[in-house]
Formats: sequence, structure tokens, C-alpha cells
Amino acid sequence: MSAVVHDGSVTTAAMPPPADATEERRRPVALLEVRNVSKCFGGVVANRDISLDVPVGSITGLIGPNGSGKTTLFNSIVGQHPIDGGSIRFDGQEISKLRTPTIARLGLVRTFQQTHIYGKMNCVQNMQISTPQRCETLMSMLRRPSAAITERAEALLDFVGLGPKRFVPAGDLSFGQQKLLEFAMALMNGPRLLLLDEPTAGINPVLINGLVDRLKRSNAELGITLLVIEHNMRVIMNLASEIYCLAHGELLAQGSPDAIRHDPRVVDAYLGGR
Amino acid sequence: MSNLGVLIDAPILLLQLVVSGILVGAIFALVAYGMALVWGVMNIINIAQGELVMLGGYIVFYLDAAGVHPLFGIPIAAAAMFAFGLALYRVVIRRLVDRDMFVSILATFGISILLQQLANQVFGADIRTLSSGLPNLSFDNGLISIAGVKIVGFAAALVVGGALFLFLRHTRIGQAIRATAQNARAARVLGIDTHRMYAATFALNCAICGAAGGLVAMTWFVQPYLGLTYTLRSFMIVVAAGIGNLPGVILAGSGFGVLEETAGFVLGSQYQTAFIFLLLILLLIGRNLLLARQRRYLK
Amino acid sequence: MNSLPRRRGVALLAAIGVAGVAAPWVAPEIVTQLAFLWLMILFAVTWDINGGQMGYNSFGNVFFFGLGVYICALVQRDSGLGYYQALFIGTALGALGAALAALLLGPALLGIRGHYFSIATLGLSIVAADVASAWEYIGAASGMTVPVFPGAIGDRSRFFYFLLFALTAMTFLAVRALYATRLGLAINAIRDNEDKAEAMGVHTTRTKVCAWCASAFFLGAAGGPVGNLVGFIDPRDLAFAGATFGVWMVLMAVLGGKGTLWGPVIGAVIFHVTQELFWTYLLGWQRVAMGLLIVVIVVFFPNGILGWLAHARHRATRVASKQAQGV
Repeated sequence: MSAVVHDGSVTTAAMPPPADATEERRRPVALLEVRNVSKCFGGVVANRDISLDVPVGSITGLIGPNGSGKTTLFNSIVGQHPIDGGSIRFDGQEISKLRTPTIARLGLVRTFQQTHIYGKMNCVQNMQISTPQRCETLMSMLRRPSAAITERAEALLDFVGLGPKRFVPAGDLSFGQQKLLEFAMALMNGPRLLLLDEPTAGINPVLINGLVDRLKRSNAELGITLLVIEHNMRVIMNLASEIYCLAHGELLAQGSPDAIRHDPRVVDAYLGGR
Repeated sequence: MSNLGVLIDAPILLLQLVVSGILVGAIFALVAYGMALVWGVMNIINIAQGELVMLGGYIVFYLDAAGVHPLFGIPIAAAAMFAFGLALYRVVIRRLVDRDMFVSILATFGISILLQQLANQVFGADIRTLSSGLPNLSFDNGLISIAGVKIVGFAAALVVGGALFLFLRHTRIGQAIRATAQNARAARVLGIDTHRMYAATFALNCAICGAAGGLVAMTWFVQPYLGLTYTLRSFMIVVAAGIGNLPGVILAGSGFGVLEETAGFVLGSQYQTAFIFLLLILLLIGRNLLLARQRRYLK
Repeated sequence: MNSLPRRRGVALLAAIGVAGVAAPWVAPEIVTQLAFLWLMILFAVTWDINGGQMGYNSFGNVFFFGLGVYICALVQRDSGLGYYQALFIGTALGALGAALAALLLGPALLGIRGHYFSIATLGLSIVAADVASAWEYIGAASGMTVPVFPGAIGDRSRFFYFLLFALTAMTFLAVRALYATRLGLAINAIRDNEDKAEAMGVHTTRTKVCAWCASAFFLGAAGGPVGNLVGFIDPRDLAFAGATFGVWMVLMAVLGGKGTLWGPVIGAVIFHVTQELFWTYLLGWQRVAMGLLIVVIVVFFPNGILGWLAHARHRATRVASKQAQGV
């Protein structure tokens, strides 16, 4: 299985099989329900009364100028800090009081703006340790990584275009390559909902189309619901079916890409003004 | 443990322990402040801190044997240790500055062993005392007795601490040091020679330890192995108070002084080091648990 | 983790095995020193599990060793069993007792990160030494003596040499196997980015405690044999020797190259040989020389000998490729 990346488009062989994609599409409720979430740090209000829904199987976008509280919202959702008020429900279950590892094991995973990978391990090992951990016991961890795991790891590495670099220590990769690795690791974890924090930032513009294509395929073929923070308008308008816009810690507007693109409040928020 | 009974029977003794502890805590706070300075400015935890105190103590001891009164010996020890600090920085410490903290912990541990064993070989393992010639103050018919030397030590510690505070706040070098601590790169860009600042900071810390060592020699005694407990005390005080927090360091220093005097009285001095460490471990675990409720951890 | 190709690694192991078995007959005068060499290797290898591989640099692992020393000595003193039975049961109980201690203390202590963990664990061995020095039941500061070995003097050193050799060999092989499993991957992931591991759902607490228990188990097992080899158990100088064994564990692994399989072994050999030389030729000043050695190792070999070799090799290949490109 080799990945050949021409300027932006991917011509890989078959993608590794998904977890249980068809199951997801039958459930009608929102996979993620954020209701009136607020968070302050000291005197600074990072998020005030934010509500959003992420329908199952969709790609939802989160935009807003710098400092509007997008990453803080992500951190709140994945349990990195306790929230000051509101509720967060993942697949009907309240998760605002849970810790990050527990939430991750429920199937809610996020990637970071600054890449977080395991620097001294090579790419394959990074992938091998990123399998879903919810069923792991001590005994199961005391085995070598199975052939199936290694195959899936290499397949996903090929999928993101890192096949040739699979034995390179992850810390030696370029920033853009590390972002791809982090994305592949997230896919390896088999999440139901993946929160992506600026996936295309720092990626060579020539390769962005390829990444967007892979995001769409992971959604369509692997059935992963995506919530994406993006600054690149072209990317997010192309990717998302529903977009939420934050400004100054509050929800400013929400709607389809077209509606958002023409919303004067959104334009104002980005260009300054008030 | 029978001493606990004594304490309960005569609670006025607790007063003596408290006062004694506060007086003594000032010396601890001084050493802790030096450690906090190096930690905050250079991101190095100096495990050899206690050995620097020990060396200061020996300097004052030998000066006293040569006829120089300890109160004059202390500034001399401080100056000598300042020079020693500059040399030590040049030879070893400057290579630790931009490295992982584990490296600096290991390296300063090595320096601590080196100094400790060197002192053992050169000065001998005997405990050395010097008499300050100061009287004991007693109250309540001799039931409470406070060593005069502890009061003098306390006053001296306050003087040194105050001088340090003024130095850092009002002199140009002091301000440069504080700037380097807050943002080394910015300081460099603005023309501050960060290596000279690091050298000055480390040497200053050694001078503080030298002075404190003299106070320690006056108040108790010196021996080659007294270093470890001072290093631990300083570390605990800094962790409890937080690095930039001078009033916190003084408060924590007094607190630990009181706790130690009480524990030393109740449990006996052979458990002293163990007690300090147990306290440290509990402090760290407790701090961590508190932070964990915020889903954070001690960094 | 294992940079040697498998066949070369196995060959090396076999060679060491043969040398280890033959040593008491090849060099009978230094059997005791060789026994301690195996102990040092065990110290360095076990430390590296939670140190170099997991990033939790403990200065208190000698606590587990001391537990093993005392547990075995107590079994030998109080159980009324024959010499060999008491020794082997004592060793086994020492290993289990130490592992249990790690299991109980782990969750609290391993929740502390970075240098705070290092200093907290330093406390472990010191508190233990103080408590042991005051506890009458185990001899307090006078320590404990162990039963006399039922055999000739020459046989005694040889017996404990083989015991320690076997123990160290088992430890090394177990650790080697561990590093090839997914638990080994988890251990490394915690070192490289513990927050990321948590965010990916890895059971970090369980992994950390497990790694520490593994270290503790083998350290505890070594306690009994060493106590019997020395013949006398001193709480501060042997059992909970924080300032010597406790620090040497860290240094040997750092010297050889922490985070590698063979690094700690190499570091232990070089360190032990150097130390024996210091003791022989610098008597009186050997501890000062030790302190100096520590500083030199840490300052000039931060990545250890293996790291230094890898760096040199990397530079050589870059120079070679530049020459090949005609630069």
C-alpha cells in the first residue's frame, strides 16, 4: 500500500476498514451537545454561555478571530479543565465532570494546535500506542503489538502520506509532517468524535487540498464526526456543513457556510470595528 | 515521645518552641530565598545549597579560632563565598544553565557530595562549635529560656534579607537580575549580558549561604554532613511558598522552624531529617491533590 | 529501544552468559567484586525502567532494595527454616514485599511529576534509613547479622556470585521482553508526552505503577542475596544507602545512556570498575573522586556513552555523505 501525493490529491490504495460506521448514521440525536458553557481564568472570561450541537456523522466548523475562546472551548469539552457552568453531553452522557483520559476512552479525541506526538518513538510506534484503550487490561498490554495493529498503523500512515517516514523518530519530522502524524494517531484511536484544532495551520499550501480530502474521507468512510477549528476560510467553507462563529468568548452566529460567509456580524468580527 | 507529655503538662514550653522556631526560621528562610533566586533566574535547583551553608559555617568557625568574632566573620564568609560562587559558576554551573532540570539536579548533587567529602577529609568529621559569648534570656523563673544567639541570629537574618530585598529592587544589577528571571531572551535583546547575570545570581546565592552558615555555626554547630537537611528545608520552603513570593518564604520559613523545633522536642533529634522529608512528601502529595481538582499538576 | 539487531544481541548475551559462568574459576580473587558488578548492572537496569524509559527519575529506588534486604534477613532469623530454604523464601518474599510497597506508594507518589518526584523519592530512602536505624525489632542502628553460610568460605562467595548473576540475568531478560510489549510503548509514551498519552486514553497511572512495581520486584529480590554476601546489614550503609547505591543507580544509567537497553549495562560496568580503581588507588579520597566523577559524567556526557557514540556516528555519516556529494 503506497501513498502517492501529487500537488494536493491523494491516490492511495484502499483505506483501512472503519469501526462501525453504519451504526452511527441511524442515531438521530446530536453526538455532542454543549449547553451554556462558561469558563473564566482569573478575571478573564474565555467562554460565556456557549451552546452548540454537533450532529452525528457531520463535519462542524468553529471559527472566530484570535482570542475568541475556541481552543478554550475545546479544552472544556475534552475535560482538560473544569467548566464554570453549563453542561456538555457526549452521546447523551454528561461528561463535564469527567477527566480527559476517561473522555478519550469514550471516543472523544482531540488534536492540538502545537503538535503533540511522542518525539523519541518512531512513527509506527506512535501509531501502535494510539490504539483505542477502553478495553485494555494489564494482561493485554503485556503482549507485543499484534500484526493487525501494525498493519493498520502502516495503512493509516500511508493514508496521510507518511509511509516512507514510518521509522523516523517523530521528533525529527517537520511541523507539517507531525501534524499529519497526529491526525493519523487520532484516526488510529478509532474515535467517534474528533476535535481538530487548526488542522491546516503550518501545512504547505500545496498540500492543504490533500489534507482536506483526507478529512472528508475519514468522515465519509470511517464515520468519524468532526468538529474543526479553522482560520482558513476556504478550507472550512468547503469542509463543514454547519459553522459556529465565536467572538470575545461568546457565540456570535451559526449557520450554513453560505449564511456565515455573508453574515455582517462575522465579517465585522474578523475585520475589527467594534 | 514522652516529651509530648511534658509539652501537654507545661504548655508554656510550646511558647518557647514557637518563639525559638520563628527565630530559627529566619535563617531557613534566608537559605530558601537564595535557592529560590537561583531556581527562578536560572531554572536550576541547587542540591548543593546546604553544602554552601556548611562551608560558610566552617569559614566563620576558623575565623573565630583565629580571633575574629563571629559577627565580623559573617560578612567575611559572605564575601569569600561570593568569590567561590563566581568560580563555581565559571567551572560547572554555566554548563547547566540551558539544560534539562534533571541534569542540573544530578550535577549539583555531585557537587554536594564532592564538597561534603572534601570537607570531611580536610576539616575532619568532628562537630565544631563556637561560642558567641551571648547570654541566654530566661523568663518565668527559668522555665522559658531563649538563647540570646538566636535573637541575634534572627536580627542578622533580617538585616541580610532586607539588604537583599533592597539590592534586588533598587540597584541596576538587581533589576537586571529580575528582568533576566522574567524573560531571559528579552533581557538579552535589550542588552543585558545574561551570563553575567547568572554568575552574579549564583554568586549572590553563595554569599547568602555563607552568611547563613555563619549564623548556623553561631547558633548550633558545623559538621561536614549538615548540608542535606538545609537543602531539603530550602526546597520545601520554596515549594510551599512559590518561587517569587518573598513574604511567603519568610512565613513558610517561620512555619517550618516552629514545626521542626516542636518535632525535634517531641520525637527526638534522630528523627529530624526523616520528619522533614515526610513533611516534604506530604506537602507535594497534598499540593498535587489540590491542583488535581482543577485538573492540573505541579510543574 | 533496542538498537542492536536481534542476532547480534543474542550473540552478545550468550557471550556474556558464558563469561559470567566461567568467571569464578578464571578470576577467583575478585569473585566478590564481580558479584557486586552484577548487582550494579541490576541496579542500573531496574532504575532505567522508570527513569530513562518512563521519565520518572527516582532517587529513592534503593528503598525497595533495602526492603528486600530486611525482609529476607527477618525470614532467615525468625522462620526457623533451614539455611537454603530460608534464603530462597526470604528472597522471594523480599521481591514480593518490595513490589507491594511500590503498588501501595505508587499511585500517590507517581502522581507527582518531574523534579518534584525526584526529590520526593530522595525522601523515601532517607526516611526509611532513619526509621530503620531506630526500630529495635530489626536491630536499629546496630543493624542485623545474617546466619552463617553452611559451607566453606570460598564456596560462599561463589554461591552468592552465581545467585546474583542469575538474578541479574533474569532481570535483564525480563526487562528486554517488557520493552518489546505494548506496555513498553506506553512507558515510553509517558516519557515523551504524558499529557498526550492521557489525552489518547492510555491508562497512565496503571502503567506508571506497573513499571515501578517491576523495578521494585527485582530490587527487592536482590536484597536478600546481597545482605547475605556482605554478612551484616547496616541500615544506612547497606540497606537504605541513599547517598551511595541510590544515587549510583541513576548515574550508571545516565553514564551509559538512559532510555536504552544496553546503556545502563555499559554504564554500570564502567562505573563499577572506576570505583574499584578509586578505592584501591585513592584510598581516603575515593569519595571525593566519586563526587568529581559524578559532575564530570553529568556535565560532559549528558546523553551517556551510547548517546555520545550515536552522535559521533551521526556526524560521521553526515560528513561522509557531504564528501560523497562533493561538498
